Amino acid sequence: MLNYLITGISLGSVYAIIALGYTMVYGIAKMLNFAHGDVIMIGGYAAFCAGAYMGWPTPCAILFSVFVCTVLGMMIEKLAYKPLRNATSLAVLITAIGVSYFLQNMALLIWTSNPKSFPNMVSFIPSINLGSVTISSTTIATIAASVIIMIALTLFTEKTKMGKAMRAVSEDKGAAQLMGINVNATISVTFAIGSGLAAIAGVLLCSAYPTLVPTTGSLPGIKAFTAAVLGGIGSIPGAMLGGILLGLLETFAKAYISTQLSDAIVFGALIVVLIVRPTGLLGKKITEKV
Amino acid sequence: MANQKSFLSKISKNSKMGFLNYGIVLLFFVVITILRSTGTLSNTMNGQLIPICSYIIVALALNLVVGISGELSLGHAGFMSIGAFSGVVISGALKYSGFANPVMRLVTAIVVGAFIAAIAGILIGIPVLRLRGDYLAIVTLAFGEIIKNVLNCLYVGVDENGLHFSVTDEVHMDMAANGKTLIKGPQGAVGVEKIATFVAGIILLFVVLFIIQNLVNSRTGRAIMAIRDNRIAAEASGINVTKYKMVAFVTSAAIAGAAGALYGLNFSTIVPKKFDFNTSILILVFVVLGGIGNLTGTIIAAALLTVLPELLREFQDYRMLAYAIVLILVMIATNNEKIRSLWKRFFSKKDKEEQKA
Repeated sequence: MLNYLITGISLGSVYAIIALGYTMVYGIAKMLNFAHGDVIMIGGYAAFCAGAYMGWPTPCAILFSVFVCTVLGMMIEKLAYKPLRNATSLAVLITAIGVSYFLQNMALLIWTSNPKSFPNMVSFIPSINLGSVTISSTTIATIAASVIIMIALTLFTEKTKMGKAMRAVSEDKGAAQLMGINVNATISVTFAIGSGLAAIAGVLLCSAYPTLVPTTGSLPGIKAFTAAVLGGIGSIPGAMLGGILLGLLETFAKAYISTQLSDAIVFGALIVVLIVRPTGLLGKKITEKV
Repeated sequence: MANQKSFLSKISKNSKMGFLNYGIVLLFFVVITILRSTGTLSNTMNGQLIPICSYIIVALALNLVVGISGELSLGHAGFMSIGAFSGVVISGALKYSGFANPVMRLVTAIVVGAFIAAIAGILIGIPVLRLRGDYLAIVTLAFGEIIKNVLNCLYVGVDENGLHFSVTDEVHMDMAANGKTLIKGPQGAVGVEKIATFVAGIILLFVVLFIIQNLVNSRTGRAIMAIRDNRIAAEASGINVTKYKMVAFVTSAAIAGAAGALYGLNFSTIVPKKFDFNTSILILVFVVLGGIGNLTGTIIAAALLTVLPELLREFQDYRMLAYAIVLILVMIATNNEKIRSLWKRFFSKKDKEEQKA
């Protein structure tokens, strides 16, 4: 029981980190970035190359992965999404899917479809023994990382000038521009942060589930997106809550109900929540203007 | 007087577009039949004919939701899946009970597939259509995944007492010894008799086009489009928003189910995994690239994009990469102001010339 609880929170924390990236981008650019899951995959491969091929020390490998993803995220934003700033949301969605295919197939060409076994990059953290239960180093790292990231992001959006600009852009792009905020730069920074988080999520995800293939990011991506919606997309604590809930639900469904049906149960829960609270658990209510 | 004239010209324009769509399908049929009779059609292309028909039909169905009703659905592969598996079960069960005529079995399978998908559409539509925008999209995605997951656990068999179902394994179906298993959980439907034909696909395509075009140009269709353009104004004019959204959604689900039945009966094995999120996205890509709300564009885009990966087979590893790049470039190009105005200028010129003549 306790074991499942810990596994669930650990899995949920990974979802939470990915969901934070989704939520940031959605809150500011109002777009569903379906390529986010594939940025995670690229982050995993980048860390793998730096750590296992080139033999860099772990912190350097992780930093390298964050760097690669940040640059990648900004490039994607600049090349694919920026020309569509004024297009319909559907056009942006399809472009995001195009980017997702692109990244997957690039990875397929560079690293082939053979699974790579990912080294545990966070094993330097000691595991804790609590009587019958052992909390692994990956679990500790994942939970710690997600909490730190959430606090840092909240502080960033509440206290810094850039964070204030982000909130302004997410509320009203036009008015923000009139107040002298550089909207394009703000969106670019948002993508950079989101993609950097994706790299960390990639390293943690691959440390916990050590097979790395070009489609590694797809399913966690979709589930994290579900988590973001569950918690109320656009809300930072919502993403965290949604991620943890989803992870717990998935683990317990797998343990007590059925392995095959666990995904169906997770998605079913999302539907129930959205019927009761149409904008998610911590989402803002949308008032309609006529 | 002037008003009346423009109204008339609009109507004739609508029916002109309608005939154009029938014409394209007819032309497609004639060209393929000629190519087939002369034997110039390659084997891979021949195998693609029925999937092309199915994808065109399901793309037309999705266009009804995305283009006409203005809601984004990311789970249409789920309806296709329901249609495919119920079609396979019906066809198998009829054959088991000694009903040999393949044409009748195919028709029954398609009708039943459409019917069951419509019921699923109603069940899903009730909660889904209360939501808006991106939330609606994510819930349809969730339903698509749920349908895939449930079908992955479903076992169906037939014996002289009728159909048997189980969600655990084959043994729990309590079938008589001479019974036949039709669906085997994750392995999907096995040993399906391939009774779908190209002619049947074309006929179904005609029927679907007829249904959609008449729906769009009817009172109901105008109500649906009014809701799409301005929900609040439509509601204020006395249009029952939920009812008309439901009509569009359920019709679309039924058509997708019919397409699924056609698709399922074209392969000897079919797995639930075939109809996942990626398939839903593929169908959405057909609709968006063809032009949202544009039936002619949808038909052409679905046909071309189904064939394209097959034609690019010699490039192997690079084909999906090329596909992705084309997708991004087309989206950027079609949403670029300059290219758009060029396009408009070109077309408005053509219109003027037509008027002069």
